[in-house]
Amino acid sequence: MNIQFRDRAEPSTPIAVKTAIADCDIHPARATKQELYPFLAKRWHSHLETWGVHPYQGMMEGPPYPKAQPNASRRDAYPPEGGQQGSSLSFMQQQLLDPYNVALGVLNPLGATGQGMRNHDLAAALATAINDWQIAKWTSQDSRLKGSVVVANEDGVSAAAEIRRRAGDKNFVQVLLLSRNVEPLGQRRYWPIYEAAEEAGLPVGVHAFGFGGNPITASGWPSFYIEEMVGHSQCQQTALASIVLEGVFASYPKLKMVMIEAGFGWAPSLSWRLDKIFAKLHGEVPHLERKPSEYIRDHIFWTTQPMEDPERRDHLFDVIDWIGWDKLLFATDYPHWDFDEPSRVLPAGVSDANREAFYLGNAKKLYGIA
Amino acid sequence: MTSPLAGGVDCDLHPAVPHLTSLLPYLNDYWRDQVTTRGMTDLVSQSYPTNSPISSRPDWRPAQGKPGSSLDDMKAQALDRFGVSTGICNPLYGVQMVFSEDMADAFCRALNDWLVKEWLDKEPRLRGSIVIPVQSVEKSVAEIERCAKDPRFVQVLMLVMGDMPLGKRAYWPIYAAAERLGLPIGIHAGSNYHNPPTSVGWGSYHIEDYVAQAQAFQTQLTSLIVEGVFARHPALKMVMLESGWSWLPSYLWRLHKFWRGVRMETPWVDRSPQEIVRSNIRFSLQPIDAPPDPAILNRLFDHMQSDELLLFSTDYPHWQFEGDQVLPEGISPDLVRKIMVDNPHATYPRLKQPVAKETTP
Repeated sequence: MNIQFRDRAEPSTPIAVKTAIADCDIHPARATKQELYPFLAKRWHSHLETWGVHPYQGMMEGPPYPKAQPNASRRDAYPPEGGQQGSSLSFMQQQLLDPYNVALGVLNPLGATGQGMRNHDLAAALATAINDWQIAKWTSQDSRLKGSVVVANEDGVSAAAEIRRRAGDKNFVQVLLLSRNVEPLGQRRYWPIYEAAEEAGLPVGVHAFGFGGNPITASGWPSFYIEEMVGHSQCQQTALASIVLEGVFASYPKLKMVMIEAGFGWAPSLSWRLDKIFAKLHGEVPHLERKPSEYIRDHIFWTTQPMEDPERRDHLFDVIDWIGWDKLLFATDYPHWDFDEPSRVLPAGVSDANREAFYLGNAKKLYGIA
Repeated sequence: MTSPLAGGVDCDLHPAVPHLTSLLPYLNDYWRDQVTTRGMTDLVSQSYPTNSPISSRPDWRPAQGKPGSSLDDMKAQALDRFGVSTGICNPLYGVQMVFSEDMADAFCRALNDWLVKEWLDKEPRLRGSIVIPVQSVEKSVAEIERCAKDPRFVQVLMLVMGDMPLGKRAYWPIYAAAERLGLPIGIHAGSNYHNPPTSVGWGSYHIEDYVAQAQAFQTQLTSLIVEGVFARHPALKMVMLESGWSWLPSYLWRLHKFWRGVRMETPWVDRSPQEIVRSNIRFSLQPIDAPPDPAILNRLFDHMQSDELLLFSTDYPHWQFEGDQVLPEGISPDLVRKIMVDNPHATYPRLKQPVAKETTP
């Protein structure tokens, strides 16, 4: 976080800053709404001006819970040439990619990208546009950056078509979904996405956030932004439980998924709970061939930001040992306010091999980057 | 095996209402007529389908009737077997699911009276939780005040999934009444199904709903903490029942991190989430969502950073453990005493009160 850091007894290890890292959650932004227009059919320009993006939430402008700062982004991340944080490649290079020696940066565009929208034709057009825009503005301009195939998440058919359109295109390293959708992510309406992703050899990243019309708690809408922020972890847990219990990995055994920006500390307790109850209720889900925790262990990767931050580092190491050092992908979440500083996230006491896997090796392997 | 200590407190027992018609003697003429004339069906919640394996341990399932509907079975299978001095009854009959607050109120009153007559009057080791019609705060407070005259009611019972997040200010009169009367608020797994049972919509399976209870407890804890319930009611204890607890440490790490980042949004939260949990929140022991490996469990207890959080429970007749293995392997005798005796008594002040028969409502 960029607000404060706890003083640690041991000094942070500066070596991480100099060594190349992967940043598996970078949010590129549009400087203006009109920036996407060159990639959108004319019909949609006036549509957007007149009716907006028509999401599964009430606000015409902005999020339902006001963020803690503008665009939930660092106040020092406004580009000198103007536009919102994260909208300038040169400033991203200067503030993130160069100083932290980011060898691989995975782009996860958020906002009006075609996800969480009620008009599925508009959603499909926006998703295609945002993918073309990622190539034009980012990945073709800096080879360290790789895109995520954004799809119209509620329309499996158009989403699968978009994935097939991008299959084999080295500008993209994953398919992007959000955790909150009209239904839990294991539901069959989303399976065409998983089928196409597996076929294309692309992992599916599931980023926290999104809108599907459901309250962010199972007891309705809470009052505060912090409840939404913390609640994304519970949404992610539920979405993952749905994916596992519906049998997505039993049906798509080569598919990998990445849980992005939802924390990873809950992975062991969720796996244990799933296994414990599966032992008694497996008769309801006979399509599962293995214990839930085995699907999670073999198919799921976790980006690190926002790192869980226990008072005692041995507690963090316990959790990572339970998940596996080969399953974590370092991420900063640039330019968002809860940025994790690479040199600060891992306490001392990690082996060189684990440190390398955490910061770079796991990501290169998963995303097929040499 | 870790042996239970004699004289413990079982904080989560589920006596079952045999059928809606069992409540007829406790309803007034109007509601008795409503139930019969309209052909109302038994209020069994989807959270615990009678024949689901989770709803009863196989060797506790009676030949006839619902699991948990026989006091003799409960005595033999839970109270005597684990040698407890006290057992707290948390009825899970689906009275919260109805949409009319008047009907819910009538059913809650009947359920509480039924508990007194059919269970508490018949077995001196038993204590009760007051089931309230949460849709109406006014009626809930009235029911708490009515039942609290009987010292055998030691807690107020709510479900973890309802109409609104539990920290919402509208509910605070319930918490004020509970604090005033020395009653912890017990929050049990289950939903009134007025909202989808997960925060991402309706899943396909019962097993998903059950897994999602843990996430519901997490969001409710956030709500209770950040709305400021414990700043206003510092003496109020809340007990998470059948919540699981192995999620607690990592959940608190996340909540604490965001609280440090955006605490300007909720400035009345004057202590860290960890401190609030340690002073105000307790968890029933079962289910233990962790591997049966003492090494991992002892790490988890270390992550909890307190030995005062867990309260002994069998979750009878739900199927959470086998045989007599209600306590986890490899925990110290000191922790067993804390979980079985010290922590429940520190949580439920009414367990110390003498019981006088004439105070029965």
